[in-house]
Amino acid sequence: MCLGIPGRIIKIDDNAKKLATADVSGVRRQVNVACIVDADHPLEACVGDWVLIHVGFAMSRIDEAEAAETLRILTELGEAQQELDAMRRSAAK
Amino acid sequence: MKYLDEFRDCAKAEFLLKEIEGLTASLSIPDDRPLQFMEVCGGHTHSIFRYGVEGMLPHGIELVHGPGCPVCVLPMGRVDDCVAIAEQTGVIFATFGDAMRVPGSRKSLMQAKADGADVRMVYSPMDALKLARANPGREVVFFGLGFETTMPSTALTILDAETEGIENFSVFCNHITIVPTIKAILDSPDLRLDGFIGPGHVSMVIGTAPYAFIARHYRKPMVIAGFEPLDILQSIWMLLRQIKEGRIEIENQYARVVLNAGNAPALNAVSKVYELREFFEWRGLGSIEHSGVRLREAYARFDAERKFAIPNVRIADPNACQCGEVLKGVIKPHQCKVFGSACTPETPLGALMVSSEGACAAYYQYGRIKRHEAAE
Amino acid sequence: MNVAAPVRPRTLGRVHVPTVTLAHGGGGKAMKDLIDDVFVRAFDNPLLAPLDDQARFDLADLARRGDRLAFTTDSFVVDPLIFPGGDIGKLAVCGTVNDLAVGGAVPLYLSCAAIVEEGVKIDLLRQIAASMAAAAREAGVAIVAGDTKVVARGACDKLFLTTTGVGVIRESVKLGANRARPRDAVLVNGLLGDHGAAILCARGDMALDTPIESDCAPLHGLIAALLAAAPGVRFVRDPTRGGLATVLNEIAEASGIAIEIDERATPIREEVKAFCEILGLDPLYLANEGKIVAIAPAVEADAALAALTTHPLGARAAIIGRVQSGEPGRVTMRTALGGRRIVDMLVGEQLPRIC
Repeated sequence: MCLGIPGRIIKIDDNAKKLATADVSGVRRQVNVACIVDADHPLEACVGDWVLIHVGFAMSRIDEAEAAETLRILTELGEAQQELDAMRRSAAK
Repeated sequence: MKYLDEFRDCAKAEFLLKEIEGLTASLSIPDDRPLQFMEVCGGHTHSIFRYGVEGMLPHGIELVHGPGCPVCVLPMGRVDDCVAIAEQTGVIFATFGDAMRVPGSRKSLMQAKADGADVRMVYSPMDALKLARANPGREVVFFGLGFETTMPSTALTILDAETEGIENFSVFCNHITIVPTIKAILDSPDLRLDGFIGPGHVSMVIGTAPYAFIARHYRKPMVIAGFEPLDILQSIWMLLRQIKEGRIEIENQYARVVLNAGNAPALNAVSKVYELREFFEWRGLGSIEHSGVRLREAYARFDAERKFAIPNVRIADPNACQCGEVLKGVIKPHQCKVFGSACTPETPLGALMVSSEGACAAYYQYGRIKRHEAAE
Repeated sequence: MNVAAPVRPRTLGRVHVPTVTLAHGGGGKAMKDLIDDVFVRAFDNPLLAPLDDQARFDLADLARRGDRLAFTTDSFVVDPLIFPGGDIGKLAVCGTVNDLAVGGAVPLYLSCAAIVEEGVKIDLLRQIAASMAAAAREAGVAIVAGDTKVVARGACDKLFLTTTGVGVIRESVKLGANRARPRDAVLVNGLLGDHGAAILCARGDMALDTPIESDCAPLHGLIAALLAAAPGVRFVRDPTRGGLATVLNEIAEASGIAIEIDERATPIREEVKAFCEILGLDPLYLANEGKIVAIAPAVEADAALAALTTHPLGARAAIIGRVQSGEPGRVTMRTALGGRRIVDMLVGEQLPRIC
C-alpha cells in the first residue's frame, strides 16, 4: 500500500507549516515536508530535493547515489552476461 | 519521469530475467512444488499485474499475493460505521478513492453518496483539513486508512489541526500495522512460503529492523522492494541468490528510499498521536492482537469514534466469501468458488474484488492470461 | 442549396439583467429576449433566423451529397462548465460533429437544447454561446434549431446542453465496428487522455496544478483526409468516456477478434502520465474529445498514418497495435517491460487511489 511518486521540491510555500511545492514532470502540488526536515537538513535546503511523495507528504529523500548504484548493478549484469555469451560462442567454435 | 522510467527499462529487465532463469534452473526445483514468494503489499500486486511480471518468470517461481491491502482487509462492519458517520447531519465525510466502493452490509460509501450523504474524495488528509477550515459550520471526518505508510500523514494532519485550534475536524482511524499481518501469514498452517517481497513504503517509515524476526525466528528470507518492475525483478533475483547461497536475511533492495532506521520525524508523529489497540478485526483474517492503532486520549477531540455514535457491529463475511484464503495466499483468486461468477468488479462480494490492488480485482482486470500464452 | 424563406430584418432582443430567472423560461418576452441575446445573436444563420418551430432543408440537395443520412444526439453535463482548452459549448458542438464524422458523414446541421438553472450569469451563457458559434464555424456546421428551458435552483447543475446533429454519408463510405480483421492496424491521431485529465484537474478536488488542456476539436476534416487516403478503413470511433480501452473492447467484441496494443507505441503526454501516476489512474481509460481510433487494413496502414500525421490534428498520430485472431473480444497490451496484461472494460468510474 503505497502509491508513492518521485517528485522535485521547487519552492517553499510556508515555513511555519512546513509546506512546499513539488513538481512531477510538469504536474505540481503542495506537499508537507515535515518528514524530510531535520537539524542537518533545514527547510530551505529542501529546494531541489527529489522526494518520495505519498498522499501529499514528502516521506523520504531519494538518494541519488543509491539509485545510480542500483542501476549500475543491473547494467553490469548485462555486460557480464554479454561477456559470458561471447566466451561461450568462441569456445563453441 | 525521473526515478520511474529508469526502473522500467526493458533491457535491464531482460538481464534480470536471464539471471532469474539461470538461478531457478540451477536450484533443480521440482515441477509440482515451485518456489513460492509472497509479495505482502498490494502496491506490488498492482505493479506485478500492470507490467505482466508474473508471466515473464520461469515456471519454477510462483508469486503469492498477500494481504497488504488495507482496503481488502477492511471488515464490513467498519464500512457500516463509515456510512453511519457519513449519514449524520452536517457531516462531510472525506475519504481516499480506494474506500468508496467497498461493500458494507447495507451500502458502500459510493451508494451513501448517491443517497445524499456528503462524501468527498480527497488525495491527502491535508485536503480534508482544508475542508474543515472552509466549512466551519460542518463536521469534517477523515477516514484514516492504510498501513504505517499512511499513519504519519494522518498524525501530522491531526497535529496541525491541534496547533491551529480547529474544532470541526476528526479522524475515523483504521490504520493497521504490517508486522502482525506477516506474522499471521507465517503462523498459518496452510502456507509454505519460501520468501517475502517486502513492503517498500511501509519500510520507508518503519525501517528494516522490525522484520528481523522473520529471518531469525521463522527462517524465511525477505527483500524489501521498490515498486517499479525492475525493483520487483531485482528483489526476486536477490531472494533466489539467498536461497542458492544458503543465506536467510532481511535485505533492502529499495535503498534509494528506505533507510535502515526508517523515518524519524514520521515515527515521532506516529508515537505521539497513536497507541496500539489490543485487538483489531481484519476481514478474512479474524481478530489480530496489536494490529491496529487508535488516537491517544490527548487527541480524543479528533477521534471520530469518540465524537460520533457508531454501530460498531462485527459483520461476518458472506458465506460464499473465501477472501480470507485469498488474502493469506492459500488459494489464488480464480480458485475462489465465486470468482468471476457471483463476485465480479460490478457485483463484488468482498473487498478484494473492489480494491484496485486487491488480488482478485487485479487478477480479473489484468491477469487472466495463462503463463504459456504470455511467453509467446 | 437550402434556401430559407426571406426574413424581414428585425432588431434582436436584449437581456438587461445579470442573471437568468424563471421568467426567462416562461415563454414570454423575457424568454424571447434571452434566446435572441444569447443564442440567435451568436449563431446567426438564415435557417435559424425565422425562429420557426422547425428548420427545413431540401431533401434533393441532401441526396445529391450522399446516399445515407447520419443522425445523432448527445447531452453534455460537464463540470466545471469552463475548463482549460474549452467549455461545455465547444464540447457540445464538437462532440456531436464528431459522432457524425466517425460514421464517415459530412456534418451539416445541429440543434441545441439548453436547460439552464436559475441564477446562472447571462454573461456566462453569452460566452458559451459564442464558443459554440466559433466551434460550429470551424466545423462547417450551422446551428439551426434550439430550445431553452429554465429550471429552479437545484433542479440542474448550472447548465445542461443537448445537441442533435444530421450529416450525409457518401455512397462509397462503409464503416462498421464489426469489420475489423486479423492483421488490421490500430491507429490513433495523437496524445491520449488530455481531456479526462484536464477535467479532473479543473474540478480542483485533488489540488493538482497542471498545464494539461482538453484536446476538444472537430474531427471531420481529419477523418475525411483519412478516408481519402485509405478508403479501406474498417471503422473509426472517438474514444470519449471510458477512453481508448473502452473503444478497443467494443471493436474486439463486435468484430469477434482480439486486439493487442504496444504500450511503447501508445502516445501519452508526460504530464498526463505524471498526473495518472500521482492519482493511480490508468490513462487508457481517460476521455478524449479530439481523438479517433481507426482500424485500417494492413496494406493501407502506412497511407492512413501519413494522412493523419500531415493533418494539423494528427501530428502525433501512431500505429499503436494490431488486430489478431486470438480469443474473440480480448484486448491485451504488450507492456513497456515486455510482459503482457489484459486491457479490460472499465467497471464503474475510475477513482483515484492511494494504495
